[in-house]
Amino acid sequence: MIWMAVIAGSLGCYVEKLIGFLLPASVLERVSIRRITGLLPVALLSALVAVQTFADGQTLVIDARLAGVLAAVVALVLRAPFLVVVLVAAITAALLRSTGLAA
Amino acid sequence: MPRAHGRRITRDAAGIGLATGAYGLSFGAISVASGLDPLQTQVLSLGMFTGASQFALVGVLGAGGGAVAAVLTAWLLGARNGLYALSLSPVLRVTGPQRLAAAQLTIDESTAMALGHPTPAAAARRAFWSTGLSVFVLWNIGTLVGALGAAAIDDPGTLGLDAAIPAGFLALLWPRLVDRTMWAVAAAGATVALVLTPVLRPGLPVLAAGLVALAASWIIGRRS
Repeated sequence: MIWMAVIAGSLGCYVEKLIGFLLPASVLERVSIRRITGLLPVALLSALVAVQTFADGQTLVIDARLAGVLAAVVALVLRAPFLVVVLVAAITAALLRSTGLAA
Repeated sequence: MPRAHGRRITRDAAGIGLATGAYGLSFGAISVASGLDPLQTQVLSLGMFTGASQFALVGVLGAGGGAVAAVLTAWLLGARNGLYALSLSPVLRVTGPQRLAAAQLTIDESTAMALGHPTPAAAARRAFWSTGLSVFVLWNIGTLVGALGAAAIDDPGTLGLDAAIPAGFLALLWPRLVDRTMWAVAAAGATVALVLTPVLRPGLPVLAAGLVALAASWIIGRRS
């Protein structure tokens, strides 16, 4: 099942890129297409942030992940690079767990 | 194009590649922590080669969301690359097999570099190819190291890798929050996904948040 997702996902993402080189540039003039492709990543990424922070299966929980994400916000405000943001979140969550302050 | 100009583009491209390589490291680790093996992880970085979609695919799979939801989320996030390709097409003027290679290297970074150096056309082309190639190589090396490293660890949860996943998505989202519309769409997307989490199978709440983007686009279109 994982292999299916990996291969289907990869093929689809490649075809999306290729289609752009095959279509006439006039498609770009359609404002609605430009707008939707700009808004989609924002809605999906924020949904992913929310779900990966609070969801445990189908229940919502508050645990060390939330502290990690809040620490990541601080890192982003301070304009830290990607790897630092991710590390700050991981270290914060790991520290809270190892000290027993959060699950 | 003056040679100094060309050298500067190449140097910037290498720098962007190094930064994304570091980020590939976290993708490799997170993918393995989500339950993929290092080979599957590497195939994603080689074949899919678009960060947000890769993170989404492994995130949804890791949360038990199933293959269909994972693939759909990755495709929806990858749709913007098609738009990039459309804007790059008249600049790069690629034909035949070159077009196949250009398509694979069409990502946020290479597009931004090419469109950021519009004249002369040779500079735009150099920016695209050098950035695309340097990111491709270093992203894949980063993935390999991160995946093998995480595979050597017993329980990724104790290292806080589960908190690294939403932090990664947040870092991808952050630069897109440029105005109030984007903030509103982000808030609505997160709310919809959380409200639906208890009632829908994992993976589907995120897809439902995609409808928020469609609704927002429709509302904006009616206003203007």
